Amino acid sequence: MASVTITVNGQKRTADVEPRTLLVQLLRENHGLTGTHVGCDTSQCGACVIHVNGKSVKACTMLAVQADGASVTTIEGLADGATLHPMQEAFRDNHGLQCGFCTPGMVMSAVDLVQHNADPSEQEIRDWLEGNICRCTGYHNIVKSVKAGAAAMRKTKTKKK
Amino acid sequence: MDGSLIGSPVRRKEDQRFLTGRGNYTDDINRPGQAYAYIIRSPHGHAKIKKIDASAAAKTKGVIAVFTGDDMKVGSLPCGWQVKSTDGSPMKEPPHPPIAQGKVRHVGDQVCVVIAETYAIARDAAEKVKIDYQPLPAVVDMRRALESKSLVHDDVPKNLCYDWTIGDAKAVNDAFAKAHKVAKIELINNRLIANAMEPRAAIGDYDRSNGDYTLYTTSQNPHVIRLLMGAFVLQIPESKLRVVAPDVGGGFGSKIYHYAEEAIVTWAAGKLARPVKWTAERSESFMSDAHGRDHITHAKVAMDKDGRFLALMVDTMANMGAYLSTFAPCIPTYLHGTLLAGNYATPAIYTNVKAVFTNTVPVDAYRGAGRPECTYLLERLVDVAAREMKLDRAEIRRRNFIHADDFPYQTPVALKYDSGDYHTLMDKAIRLSGWDDFEKRRAEAKKRGKLRGIGISTYIEACGIAPSAVVGSLGARAGLYECANVRVHPTGSVTVFTGTHSHGQGHETTFAQLVAERLGLTVEQVDVVHGDTAKIPFGMGTYGSRSLAVGGVAIAKALDKIIAKGKKIAAHLLEASESDIEFRNGAFTVAGTDKKKMLGEVSLAAYVPHNYPIDKLEPGLEETAFFDPLNFSYPAGCHVCEVEIDPDTGVTKIVNFTAVDDFGRVLNPMIVDGQVHGGIAQGIGQALLETCVYDDNGQLVTGSLMDYCMPRADDLPSFKTGTHNVPARDNPLGVKGCGEVGAIGSPPAVIGAVIDALSPLGVTHMEMPATPLRVWQAINGTKHRKAAE
Amino acid sequence: MYSFDYARAKNAKDAAKLLAKKEAKVVAGGMTLLPTMKQRLAKPSLLVDLAASKDLKGIKKAAKALTIGAMTTHAEVAHSSVVKGACAALAALAEGIGDPQVRNRGTIGGSIANNDPAADYPAACLALGATIVTTQRKIPADKFFKGMFETALKRNELVTAIQFPMAEKAAYIKFPNPASRYAIVGVFVAKFKDEVRVAVTGAGPGVFRVPAWEEALAKKWSADAIAAGAVKAADMNSDIHATAEYRAHLCAVMAKRAVAAAK
Repeated sequence: MASVTITVNGQKRTADVEPRTLLVQLLRENHGLTGTHVGCDTSQCGACVIHVNGKSVKACTMLAVQADGASVTTIEGLADGATLHPMQEAFRDNHGLQCGFCTPGMVMSAVDLVQHNADPSEQEIRDWLEGNICRCTGYHNIVKSVKAGAAAMRKTKTKKK
Repeated sequence: MDGSLIGSPVRRKEDQRFLTGRGNYTDDINRPGQAYAYIIRSPHGHAKIKKIDASAAAKTKGVIAVFTGDDMKVGSLPCGWQVKSTDGSPMKEPPHPPIAQGKVRHVGDQVCVVIAETYAIARDAAEKVKIDYQPLPAVVDMRRALESKSLVHDDVPKNLCYDWTIGDAKAVNDAFAKAHKVAKIELINNRLIANAMEPRAAIGDYDRSNGDYTLYTTSQNPHVIRLLMGAFVLQIPESKLRVVAPDVGGGFGSKIYHYAEEAIVTWAAGKLARPVKWTAERSESFMSDAHGRDHITHAKVAMDKDGRFLALMVDTMANMGAYLSTFAPCIPTYLHGTLLAGNYATPAIYTNVKAVFTNTVPVDAYRGAGRPECTYLLERLVDVAAREMKLDRAEIRRRNFIHADDFPYQTPVALKYDSGDYHTLMDKAIRLSGWDDFEKRRAEAKKRGKLRGIGISTYIEACGIAPSAVVGSLGARAGLYECANVRVHPTGSVTVFTGTHSHGQGHETTFAQLVAERLGLTVEQVDVVHGDTAKIPFGMGTYGSRSLAVGGVAIAKALDKIIAKGKKIAAHLLEASESDIEFRNGAFTVAGTDKKKMLGEVSLAAYVPHNYPIDKLEPGLEETAFFDPLNFSYPAGCHVCEVEIDPDTGVTKIVNFTAVDDFGRVLNPMIVDGQVHGGIAQGIGQALLETCVYDDNGQLVTGSLMDYCMPRADDLPSFKTGTHNVPARDNPLGVKGCGEVGAIGSPPAVIGAVIDALSPLGVTHMEMPATPLRVWQAINGTKHRKAAE
Repeated sequence: MYSFDYARAKNAKDAAKLLAKKEAKVVAGGMTLLPTMKQRLAKPSLLVDLAASKDLKGIKKAAKALTIGAMTTHAEVAHSSVVKGACAALAALAEGIGDPQVRNRGTIGGSIANNDPAADYPAACLALGATIVTTQRKIPADKFFKGMFETALKRNELVTAIQFPMAEKAAYIKFPNPASRYAIVGVFVAKFKDEVRVAVTGAGPGVFRVPAWEEALAKKWSADAIAAGAVKAADMNSDIHATAEYRAHLCAVMAKRAVAAAK
């Protein structure tokens, strides 16, 4: 067993796990953060995308022990209390989700995109989402959502300044 | 009923929890004392199980039990539909044990279950189970299966499940004899894997205090699972079995069926008196979720000198896989053969369907279920007919459409369409897609070295399969009504219990709109509950685009009863005659006066019946309704697809996609549009990307997302959508289904576009999926041929 | 996954020491190793994590070569202005590997040490004539890649950095597998003052050079110089996504496009 301490959504949490435990298992099973999903076993679907030290990664393709000492943000930590993150709000406004299973990974990936590219084009959004598979929406409304979410994030940024 | 809420793009109520990671999917649920199951599956397509030695695994620390087929002798997983062959004999219905008994029949067949304190222990221990197989020749190709000496089931000769026909063979033959021209096609409808993003999962729970079982499962229809598993497999009465289908991450048909794992965890929970959880890994999903489509079809159409269809003849082989999945037999027959009129006034139709067993995963409904297969063959055949007749592809359709004033229209293959306007749908799609000036775009693309093509398809669909008496006479072993319970609480908020199930469709919002509009409430005041047999009186679930057309009407009927009772209470409170009470915008008023009582006041009186007509009326304000439709609903539409092909690589890019559909009355256009997008993406997936491949030994070649090509964001364009909605005449709400149309209408439009793009090279046929390899081979094959000429 | 022990190496030397344990394996980004272990196709006794080995990270440009530390992620290479200035083709290649999440974890050292026959970096190393620096020696790319998943690395030898000579012009174009997005065919072309090098990945059992195209391009740097037939179908992989003939054809198409795109 190995002791793993991560700061998850701002809270420091420690758990004893086997080295073979995946980060996504640590989050779901030890920390009860079931918003991060497992949709495949070949690192293709992206339902498990979270942020580790500010960057989007697939939590199914990282060991919990590899994250020891890291700062982790999951979908549960994205909203500011009762106020949704602008990207979450944009997904709701644009019907960017149906069954909701790919949604956490999709939103976390989209937020990372906007960190790199504040005003992505439709093509840039589609290219970025290569690692996130959705079976419900045909991506049409996801692309719309990300575009709107990016615009809202730009606005929030300007306001803060 | 059309007020502000109906037809309004109300934002979804369910999104808050999904967007914040608070959804509650089956794998998110953990029961106290839970054990974990790992299922050992057959690595062979076809083999005898000679011996299983699980002793070493059973002794492993942390292992609770190891079960084989010898331990779990229970009922067979039942089939919900019996199809009869033309000679009147019932289909062959071999047993389908939850754990294999003596023989495995497909890669992924359940052989042994290891239950342990953790999933990792179960999986480690599974490697210690020694299974001695004697491989048998696998039957994979349907065409060979009918002549194979190797039998999937020893007592099913020729591997033939049934041989079914519908239509008037003589009329069809006569028409072909006098035809001006005949167009023919032979094609394959490729086998698909649904791949809902949430892998299947199941938790069996057993309450020692009262002997009650609970199954949490990824299902589209928990009541159906309770019925099938309780009555046929485990012999647990409904009163002792609760089935919960919480948030479900997509279904597309694949989560309709009763699966072995559900029975295994429920049975094991009882045996071990502790909860048992199983969650599929994606690679398990590939080899254990029911697959879809997989038809081989020959079709021909007879035409007069003007290109009018005189008769249609279709021969289809349909793959059933190794066992009959829950609704498998009805897909190629009553959801395929009976749809063959399509949008056309073809006077004579005859079809034959042979259902074949093979050593592959069972095949059942997948988004569209029979109707995509039917639409694909028809629309491809109509394109061939247009070529034969040298007619424009839109024009030949126009000439053969059923006219808007001919509804209701009785087809020669049993169905009676209640409404539609196919000419306007196509005209609108043609305008929206720029069909008429396409040649300009083709020429421009040519300058850039690209082959551009355009394709068109029209479709009708039959949604909300019904009525029960009719489907019963055709072999259905269940009713196809729906149930709803509406509970007006004492202070006026409302809970709706529906037997349908939402796994992405947004029922919590759409149904709340329906109820809020009728009762004069806000959407927030209405809660929709689904997916729990302990809460909902009964239900048949969600599939075949039935939820609103059948389940929505059941809710409307319960609302009628609520309002009728409310009027009686209001009449008493207002000291007026019941016949003078009107209900509008949440208020019961005495006609022609300003005397009124709000719904909340009436419901309070119903639960606090101090001033109440107790001699004539029971207290409370809660009503249940069942609705059994008189007919299917028949959405229709026209899809136009435009592609560009890179001749050097064979890569096809969809550059425009237009869909114009008729959904009857629409409650939430935002949700309907989303359903259309998703369906189109799956249709494009079938046409360009997806296919399930087995090798000759029955090994699944496309066993993971590394080889099975799922559509991704960069494979697809944004879609242009439009509607021309004609209210359904036979549906009390005027609604038609919308969940499957995208997957039904799009594949022939895409393939039509690919063939059109390649037609300057002499290409006239293309199978799905039109992968870069296939397109390149088609281009190259023609090149070689042209060079040889 | 089978159970294993885990250790974080402080630096390359420490990692090499830890690797002495029987059946020990290094994990760099883990983008290939972890999925392989999840499928139970690998069974290491000890996993040596290089993430904390700071000496394996970083991008440096000298007069004649660009040096990239083994633990540099694909995203870091893709976004590095140093790499973009020295070899834009290399940055573009990194930007095209996997998806953004894979690029945030996957490393150049891990990619080349694994030598997946469909990986992108081996083509860059071979075409640019890179030198693979290890804990023990320097290995020219021409001697490093040994066919499918095989390299010249010894058991406890680690890649520490890759040195890329500067090309006048270079480009990498790939044709991805529609499902997995790995390269079905990827062609890297590099034009130097005195030679042209062309390397192909994805198409065969391992990355390989195409001398016929190199010679033709050295004579005339033009897409027209790429003659079909130099790559033989008989040497190609074949699967459900691409037959050997198709792969051979795509090699020429991608090579032409790479030459046309080279900057």
